[in-house]
Amino acid sequence: MGLRKFLDNFEHHFQEGGRFQKWYALYEVFDTFLYAPADLTKSTAHVRDGVDLKRIMITVWLAAFPAMFYGMYNLGFQATDVMAAGQGVESWRGWLIELLGGYDASNIWHCFWYGAVFFLPIYIVTFLVGIAWEITFAIVRGHEVNEGFFVTSILFALTCPPDIPLWQVALGISFGVVIGKEVFGGTGKNFLNPALTGRAFLYFAYPAQMSGDAVWTAVDGYTGATPLSVAASDGMAALQQQWSWMDAFIGSVPGSIGETSTLAILIGGALLLITRVASWRIIAGVMLGMIALSSLFNMIGSESNPAFAMTWYWHLVTGGFAFGMIFMATDPVSAAMTNTGKWAFGILIGLMTVLIRVVNPAFPEGIMLAILFANLFAPLMDHFVIQSNIKRRLARVQ
Amino acid sequence: MEYYLSLFIRSIFIENMALAFFLGMCTFLAISKKIQAALGLGIAVIVVLTITVPVNNLIYTYLLADGALAWAGLPEMDLSFLGLLSYIGVIAAMVQILEMFLDKFVPVLYNALGVFLPLITVNCAILGASLFMVERDYNFGESVVYGAGSGVGWALALVALAGIRERLKYSDVPEGLQGLGITFIIVGLMSLGFMSFGGIDL
Repeated sequence: MGLRKFLDNFEHHFQEGGRFQKWYALYEVFDTFLYAPADLTKSTAHVRDGVDLKRIMITVWLAAFPAMFYGMYNLGFQATDVMAAGQGVESWRGWLIELLGGYDASNIWHCFWYGAVFFLPIYIVTFLVGIAWEITFAIVRGHEVNEGFFVTSILFALTCPPDIPLWQVALGISFGVVIGKEVFGGTGKNFLNPALTGRAFLYFAYPAQMSGDAVWTAVDGYTGATPLSVAASDGMAALQQQWSWMDAFIGSVPGSIGETSTLAILIGGALLLITRVASWRIIAGVMLGMIALSSLFNMIGSESNPAFAMTWYWHLVTGGFAFGMIFMATDPVSAAMTNTGKWAFGILIGLMTVLIRVVNPAFPEGIMLAILFANLFAPLMDHFVIQSNIKRRLARVQ
Repeated sequence: MEYYLSLFIRSIFIENMALAFFLGMCTFLAISKKIQAALGLGIAVIVVLTITVPVNNLIYTYLLADGALAWAGLPEMDLSFLGLLSYIGVIAAMVQILEMFLDKFVPVLYNALGVFLPLITVNCAILGASLFMVERDYNFGESVVYGAGSGVGWALALVALAGIRERLKYSDVPEGLQGLGITFIIVGLMSLGFMSFGGIDL
């Protein structure tokens, strides 16, 4: 317990009246990161449950790991696979890649290291910039720094395209954390998912770097479309010619770093469902809405719009659908709170995703915008569910 | 029929009065603290818009437009410079009638809306809808659908904002941003959410 003692010796400096009183938030982060807080419930109301905000957030963070590791490997594989012989990466990244690996697409370590060299800087920038904002707000406003940021940072980094410039990463996460969350008072008080807010901000502010065909493979000058944009522009036949369903399910297709592998995401999703961190109602609702509307579009059919013919099991494995469904839609803060509200919330996301993907030519991907849109109406859904509950119970009393 | 349906959907979501054109902001920000009041104002705006846009359409086509007075033997006459004046007149009269109606039959809502009910008269969303109608050359049928649609869109945005603000009652907003400041930020973020419809061509 040397460390505990060490912290205890320091603690009084940070408490009220101490020398570093202003920096208490910073001390608190380290202390609660290492040890469970010693706060006790003093009144009679008492919940016997070890699950607190910290454990929930760390679970989500861990659940994103399969998608992250597979995403790193796939990033490297997609890039090295299309590289011409002898072609390398210039700049400091190339130096790092050649230091420990190489450009051999059949070598798993080479692919993984290549992906790590591209993904880790994005993640590190996200984390450092975001945590700097969190700590600044915590010190100025006197609240605690929350583990919620672990989740925000990894979700934000995983939804970035591999080729994104790092200053845009910093700008996006700043917008997400400050405007999406901290102006409302921090974790639990926002109404939009902060990671998605930052991602959407970048999407609309820098469309050239966030969409199109040139950004999905981390090789200079190479353009390769994602399965979703192939399906939207050239139709299902062209899509199936290029990739099989299994490819898309396992995830060896170009796309945002963490979003390609439906399998890895579902593994993380299973963890979230078993621990009941994510709401199965929301996930089921999203699936239901997506299947219903895509089947409807299949039946209607269209001569001019090939995306009408996309079946639901292709919608599931392409783009960011699985990632959004498992990690973004189930954010307990910005989703609906009531059980019926969760169903409605999920179904709205599923419907809107397919609607944007199929009907809106401006955006090939829809799940991000669909979740933001549903976030806007989540409080309203809760309101009406609660009103109807009150009405039902009143009727029972009378 | 399909054309009218797509016009209706477009005026609700894609060309949302509040979140795509930012019209009618004053009432939008003021009456969005409670969902109940917001619902009432939303319905009032839908009613006013559904009536004033078609009425203004009739006035424009049969009295004001270039050559519209041909039926009275005055084919040279162009009264369109009187447009703004007559649209506002129609809207003011309409709101006055609505106010008397609410005062008599729904006094709770009348009291909740307070001064903002007469202020619907100068709500830019309502005048805006009439002006858009003229600019886009809608016929009578289209103007009915457009009036109702833009009213529903505005009301939907208003009620959603009220829902969000009710949830944020427990938030901890920095002092300088409390009240209107944070509401502006919320409206901006809502508009980001509505961007999902931008680019849909119906």
